[in-house]
Amino acid sequence: MSSETKILTTDGIPLEVSLKKAERKNKIKAFALVAPLLLFLVITYIFPIGEMFTRSIDDKMITNMLPKTFKEMENWNGKELPSEEVFSSFYYDYKALVEKQEHGKLGQRLNKEKNGFNSTTKRLFRSIKRKKIDENASIKEQMMKVHKNWGNVEYWQAIKRTAPPYTLAKYLKGMDMYYAPDGSIVQVDEDRRIHRILWLRTLEIAFFVTLFCFLMGYPIAHLLATLPMKYSNLLMICVLLPFWTSLLVRTASWMILLQQQGVVNDFFVMIGLVADDNRPEMMYNKVGTYVAMTQILLPFMVLPLYSVMKTISPSLMRAGKSLGGTPFVAFWKVYFPLTIPGIGAGCLLVFILAIGYYITPALVGGASGTLISNQIAFHMKQTLDWSFASAMGLMLLTGVLVIYWIYNKLVGVDNIKLG
Amino acid sequence: MSKNPEFVKFDKVDKSYDGKVLVVKDLQLDIAEGEFITMLGPSGSGKTTCLMMLAGFETPTNGEILLDGNIISNIPPHKRGIGMVFQNYALFPHMTVYENLAFPLRVRKVEKDEIDKKVDKALSMVSLNGFESRMPAQLSGGQQQRVAVARALVFDPAVVLMDEPLGALDKNLRESMQYEIKHIHESIGVTVVYVTHDQSEALTMSNRIAVFNDGKVQQLSNPAELYEKPVNSFVAEFIGENNTFNGEVSDIDKDKCKVKLVNAEILANPISVKSKGEKTTVSLRPERALINPKDKMDNMFTGKIEEVIYHGDHTRVRLDLLGSSEFILKVPNSTSNLELKVKEDINIGWNSVDARALDPK
Repeated sequence: MSSETKILTTDGIPLEVSLKKAERKNKIKAFALVAPLLLFLVITYIFPIGEMFTRSIDDKMITNMLPKTFKEMENWNGKELPSEEVFSSFYYDYKALVEKQEHGKLGQRLNKEKNGFNSTTKRLFRSIKRKKIDENASIKEQMMKVHKNWGNVEYWQAIKRTAPPYTLAKYLKGMDMYYAPDGSIVQVDEDRRIHRILWLRTLEIAFFVTLFCFLMGYPIAHLLATLPMKYSNLLMICVLLPFWTSLLVRTASWMILLQQQGVVNDFFVMIGLVADDNRPEMMYNKVGTYVAMTQILLPFMVLPLYSVMKTISPSLMRAGKSLGGTPFVAFWKVYFPLTIPGIGAGCLLVFILAIGYYITPALVGGASGTLISNQIAFHMKQTLDWSFASAMGLMLLTGVLVIYWIYNKLVGVDNIKLG
Repeated sequence: MSKNPEFVKFDKVDKSYDGKVLVVKDLQLDIAEGEFITMLGPSGSGKTTCLMMLAGFETPTNGEILLDGNIISNIPPHKRGIGMVFQNYALFPHMTVYENLAFPLRVRKVEKDEIDKKVDKALSMVSLNGFESRMPAQLSGGQQQRVAVARALVFDPAVVLMDEPLGALDKNLRESMQYEIKHIHESIGVTVVYVTHDQSEALTMSNRIAVFNDGKVQQLSNPAELYEKPVNSFVAEFIGENNTFNGEVSDIDKDKCKVKLVNAEILANPISVKSKGEKTTVSLRPERALINPKDKMDNMFTGKIEEVIYHGDHTRVRLDLLGSSEFILKVPNSTSNLELKVKEDINIGWNSVDARALDPK
């Protein structure tokens, strides 16, 4: 009983109500402050991603072109040649398209599904133009006379496959797979699997760039956190200086350094490491991508590590040593575990940035050093296959989310410290 | 087993960080085995530097530190076998209490059963049994402190260093921890070197106290002697409360001297003055001056009460006496307490033995 009695304020209003009333104004104010950002995010982030998603699975074109056909096809078992009704509704759908002059698009689209469709539909188009089809007789038989393919059940199966308004074909293509005529998923021939190589290479480069950044960033961050103020400030500027320089300029300067007649190669020749006529290629391959990306992403590793290390009291290492641990034991058992939140944050940041990196691999990567993002850009700009680009973009996004999820399971996102 | 009176020895140790200023000057200090010695001094007096040199985190610029007869200046900290309690406890935040205590044993490759036994013993010593699986962040300040003490003792070090370990605790807890640490020391007989700037802490806990100032040990003696018989005006000023008179020696014999003040002359005990005409600062503990003394005392003066401050167990009275308005009296609180009123005149007396004529300030 007593636990249910409500606490009242001195005015007799229940305390909860009174508290809500008092807090309401603050809540409205807080919401008003974040509202512009929320709106901005919806417009620039959530909406485009939704748009990307619909574009990547959209396959409504044929669905809208052949409404009657697909309605009739619902009663078709899909194994034998369809009935007269299916033939005639296809004929009327197609006739309507001819009148709107959209029949060409249908032919092209169906040809992607089954080779030979383009000529098959063109024959039908000519017959309709010359008014050779008698609409009072059996349309099924007349169509089969126009082109023998109309009597082949595989062609009707191909039409049926285009019936759903949505398709995952673009996603399958991104994984080097496609729908076979019977609707099953098959892999493309081994020598044509370009996307899978790109995905693996992207993961590999992102992994190693993260590793290199970690190996180089950890000592720098430690030095930054432990040096006296006047030196650590200078070092911090050295870390941040590249950060303030344009990405493009930095990548271009790597090109100057790494090319075959470049500074690094000149130096190698000068100290006699390599022969002048045998200069190694350090650019337009993976080496260039590794070097340039590691340098560019290094600050993203150093800063989270630094912010974590700054909070670790130097007396902890001293305690470790005074209790009998060698400097290495004190580091490994005491210092290192305490920096794991920073390592997690830095690695996650660098890895996620690296996995979607574009400019640097595009400029210094060459053929063997480009990543999946370059492929996305290629389809955006060259082939204009936006739905495929969207599909791959979303696959990349999903990949990042999966990594984030795995990371959360392993380390726990609550342990991340960015600053 | 006889105790080594020079268990820890600082032999002519100098320390400078920048090559310009000596933080520790010609330090000569012997610490006996099993002793509880406190390094007391204001901040920047070099006491923590001495501790760090003993722990091995700083190297002496000159001179040697010996532990049980062996020079340890070149031995790295982890091989010295010296336990240390840090100012902010320095418990490993990612380890449980058990793991914290087991750390020094594990790095020494002690057997698991032995570790369990020792950790258990150390925890019971600081009455924290049952806290093994807690993380340091789940403990209160006092509990963390006790874990830190237990961790510094768990591997049976010969010497334990404590660097202002109670600085972060509140007053009541600090006092109870003082007794606790003192009792632990008494029961296991380890040598403790304790650094603090809190004089009452030093007086409560130590066998001997080394008062540091300006990189030098000003006085090294037991608490009673330090308080009763400070050898110079810094020590007199730093330990306890102190009334001072600045003057000039006008007459001196074996155990008494006359000190001429601006407008009076007092009798004092010559400690660091040798001859007539020397400048001196006379130091007198507030509780050694009595109001309306019944017995004859060789210094008897009349002062005017300027301020009366009630402190509960005693009352502080500020007097205008012999040209100084900073003369403090401590009157114990009792039922027969005197009616002390501001602006009233009052008779004050003290013995010349208690008025120590020290070096001039």
